[in-house]
Amino acid sequence: MVMATEFNFELVSPERLLVSGSVSEVVIPATEGEMTVMANHAPTMTTIKPGIVTVKFADGKKDRYVVFGGFADIVPTGCTLLAESAVHVDDFKSEDIVRRIEAARAELNHAKSDDQKFGIETYLAELTTLQGIVVPA
Amino acid sequence: MPSLKDLKNRIASVKATQKITKAMKMVAAAKLRRAQEAAEAARPYSQRMSAVLANIAQAVGQDDSAPRLMTGTGKDQVHLLVVCTAERGLCGGFNSQIARLARDHTRKLLASGKTVKIICVGKKGFDILRREFASLIIDRVDLREVKRIGFANADQIGHKVIGLFEQGEFDVCTLFYSEFKSVIAQIPTALQLIPASAPAVAAETTGATAIYDYEPDAGAILGDLIPRNISVQIFRALLENVAGEMGAKMSAMDNATRNAGEMINKLTLNYNRQRQAQITKELIEIISGAEAL
Repeated sequence: MVMATEFNFELVSPERLLVSGSVSEVVIPATEGEMTVMANHAPTMTTIKPGIVTVKFADGKKDRYVVFGGFADIVPTGCTLLAESAVHVDDFKSEDIVRRIEAARAELNHAKSDDQKFGIETYLAELTTLQGIVVPA
Repeated sequence: MPSLKDLKNRIASVKATQKITKAMKMVAAAKLRRAQEAAEAARPYSQRMSAVLANIAQAVGQDDSAPRLMTGTGKDQVHLLVVCTAERGLCGGFNSQIARLARDHTRKLLASGKTVKIICVGKKGFDILRREFASLIIDRVDLREVKRIGFANADQIGHKVIGLFEQGEFDVCTLFYSEFKSVIAQIPTALQLIPASAPAVAAETTGATAIYDYEPDAGAILGDLIPRNISVQIFRALLENVAGEMGAKMSAMDNATRNAGEMINKLTLNYNRQRQAQITKELIEIISGAEAL
């Protein structure tokens, strides 16, 4: 029996549906590390960190999207990525990430508990890494 | 009896008003289409969100690991009402309907000895509720400057609500908004945000729930998801509100245009009648003058 190599992928942000179609491979920046999702993946639910989603469509075309947090719902026949905010790499503006970093820094100063501080610091580190990737030096 | 000139002026002014209401109706129609598109585009996210939430909630169950946003504080003494209305008037009963629902709810809570706090989103609701409950309003969110409501606006309100909850400022949070049924029907709705009620699991997804892998773990994901879901609910409410406001404005302006048309007809009839009377009067004067000679 030939295994299906294509599955359905959807990238949704609160404002709209960005991608919906048949893909062969998707790389997701999951919180516990990047993961590549292919067809027949075990059912998984994971949160995602700010990063880049690489989508390889069934027809071989490749696309990259910048996402800021959210989570992914993976089943053998499909994958749904709910992003808090998602933009195509080409439409991405470097001011956006600078603004987020500044907001996170400001929040860090107001953080009360260590837990909260740790959470924001992690988020900040992820953002800076992402900035290093998408913004050409 | 107004003179001919007065009548002419009245007709001109009503005509000018009719032009304005007609233009407003067309603007509302255009904005309504855009608002409907926005609401439509936002729908997949909230649908998936509730599906995922239902899945996880089932996996976690109602044990102690469930986040407090979901289980609540165990009391229902202090109620927070988030009342979403429009920023502008001239849209029929749209704003007052939402405000009335919120007011009735508040009165009921107060009568049973509960404490009520109100956050107003939108200027009109604030104006109406201020008359009666000025001391209960703890905050207001102004979206007048916002041209297109984005998720960031809703997220901000969501963070505010969650922040208050974490400080123990309230036990139960209810969201008031207007559900967009159709252009002519908007239904004021109250939706309980906190403690969050998990949406019912759709029959088709139940089969897959048991074997999910959770990364990091179900509890952590749920803790991340519920605050986000609150923002999503608020976002949806705001979008529905915009669509509803425009729908209400459109029908209100349509009515106004029709009323102006009726008034113009009546005034024109009056004007013509008077003009005729004056001509007849003048003729009689001439004829009787000629006869006297």
